[in-house]
Amino acid sequence: MKRVASMAIVMALPWAAPALAQSPLAIVQTCYVCHGPDARGAAPIAPLAGLPKDHLARQMADFKADRRPGTIMNRIAKSYTDEQIGLIAETLAAMK
Amino acid sequence: MLGTRRTFIRTAGAAGVGIAAFGAPAIAQAAPRIVVVGGGFGGATAARYLRLANPKLDVTLVERDDRFVTCPFSNYVLGGFRKLDDNVQTFDALKSKHGVKVVKGEATAIDTTARSVTLGDGSKLAYDKLVVSPGIDLNFKAVPGYDETAAERMPHAWKAGAQTLLLRRQLEAMPDGGTFIVCAPDNPFRCPPGPYERISVVAWYLKNNKPKSKILVFDAKDAFSKQGLFQAAWESEYPGMITWVAGKDGGKVESVDAAELSVKAGFGTEKGAVVNFIPPQTAGRIAIAAGLAEANGWCAVDPTTFASRKAANVHVIGDAAIAGAMPKSGSSANTQAKVVAAAIVAGLEGKEAMPPALFNVCYSLVSPDYGISVTNVFAATADKGIVPVPNSGGVSVGKPTSMGERKLEAEYTAAWYQAIVADSWG
Repeated sequence: MKRVASMAIVMALPWAAPALAQSPLAIVQTCYVCHGPDARGAAPIAPLAGLPKDHLARQMADFKADRRPGTIMNRIAKSYTDEQIGLIAETLAAMK
Repeated sequence: MLGTRRTFIRTAGAAGVGIAAFGAPAIAQAAPRIVVVGGGFGGATAARYLRLANPKLDVTLVERDDRFVTCPFSNYVLGGFRKLDDNVQTFDALKSKHGVKVVKGEATAIDTTARSVTLGDGSKLAYDKLVVSPGIDLNFKAVPGYDETAAERMPHAWKAGAQTLLLRRQLEAMPDGGTFIVCAPDNPFRCPPGPYERISVVAWYLKNNKPKSKILVFDAKDAFSKQGLFQAAWESEYPGMITWVAGKDGGKVESVDAAELSVKAGFGTEKGAVVNFIPPQTAGRIAIAAGLAEANGWCAVDPTTFASRKAANVHVIGDAAIAGAMPKSGSSANTQAKVVAAAIVAGLEGKEAMPPALFNVCYSLVSPDYGISVTNVFAATADKGIVPVPNSGGVSVGKPTSMGERKLEAEYTAAWYQAIVADSWG
C-alpha cells in the first residue's frame, strides 16, 4: 500500500503546478525579530548584515547539524533547507 | 446565501485591486491609501514595512492612544525588576523617519463596501487597502462575577498599563504568607506562555520578599505552553510555593466574588490575598463591529496573505487573527505584518503575492537570570493552513549544559525586546 501511495505522489509531481519560492528577503526579514532591523544586531545577539556569505552559510549549516552548540539557532536552522540557507546567507552578505 | 456572498467577495477581491482601484490611469496618479488600525506590534510593523517597501504609499496608522505599552515585559513590572515606562513605545519614528501619518482616534466602524474607517469623532478615513490589527478585547461576560468593576479588585493585567500597576501595588501590599491566586483562561488567548511567566516572576519576587507566601493557579486547560520547562523551574527555583490545578482537576473557574477576593472552581472555593483573573478573550471590538470575526470571536484569514475571509481589501493580523499554529504573540504579529505589507505591495503592482515567511519566538523569564523559549518557522498553504516546519523549532533544551543555556536565554530575552521594538516602531 505504502509503495503504491508514494508512487502516486512521484507520478503526480510532474503535473503539479511549480511551487512559487519564497522571496529570500522575506525569510531574512523574519531574522530581524531577534537580530534587529536589517540584521544589524542587538547585543549580545550577533549582527549578521554584511558578513561573508560562506561564513554565514557555514554557521547555519553547523547549527542545523548540531556541530555548533547554541540555545535557539539549532532549533531554527533545522527549519531551513540547504538551498534556503544558501539564499539567506547570500541576502545577508549583500546587506550593508 | 452565504455561498453567494463569499463567491461575490472573492471575485470582487481578485478583480478589484489591480484593475478597478489602481489600473485606471487617472486614479493611478494618486498614491494608494492604506489605513492601518492599531499601533501594536502588528500595526506598527505593517505601517513601517509598507513605507519601507514603497515610500510612495499613503499610509495612515490609527491608534486610540499617543503611545503603546507593550504586554511583553509587563510581567517583569509585576516581578519588581522593570519599570512600566520602559515598555512605552511611541510613534515618533514612524512619523518622522518613515512618513507614516498617525491619527489619534478610536476606530468605531468600518464600511468594507465603501472602504472607509469611521473614528470616534465621526470623521472618516477612506482606504484602498486596510490592515486591521486591533489586538484583543477581554470578555467580561464569560465568568459570573467578573466584569469591568471586578477588574478593579481582581486585576486581569492582560493589557499593559494601569492594570499592570494596580496588580503590582496589590502584590507589594500583600502580607508575607498570603496566597496569590492566578486564573488562566482556555485556548486561544493572547500570549500562551504569559500566565506561566507571570507566575514565575511573581514567585521570584515573593521568594525574595515574602517567602512564606503561596501561589495557587486555577487553569481552564490541562496543558500549557513550555509546561515541562516551567514546571521543572518551579520545582528547582521555587520549591513548594506554586500549586497548579489543571482543568481536569477542577481548575476551570465557575464564578468569582470580587468583594471577597474568592474564586469558585470545581476544585473548591478559595480566597486569595491578591487575585489575578485573566478572562477569556476575543478579537478587538472593532474587528467584531466591522463584521470581520467568526462566531467564535476571532478573524478567519487566508493563511498565505492574511486577507480577511469576510471582506475584500482587508487584512487582519496579530492576536485578532486565526493563524493556525502561530501563537498570539508580538513576534507572530511582527512577521504577519511583513507578509501583509509584501502582499499589499505585490497586489498594487498587479503581481501575485509570494509565499509567506512566518516565524515566532516567545522568550519567557522564570527569574531575571533564567530564560526559556519556544520558537518555530511556519509554512503556510491554502489547503493546509499555517503549520510548523516539521522536525525543527520547539522549546529550549530540557537539561542545560555547561554553556549555561538558561542564563544566555535570559540575556537573549532582553536583546529580543530591543530588536523587535526597533523593528516595529523604530
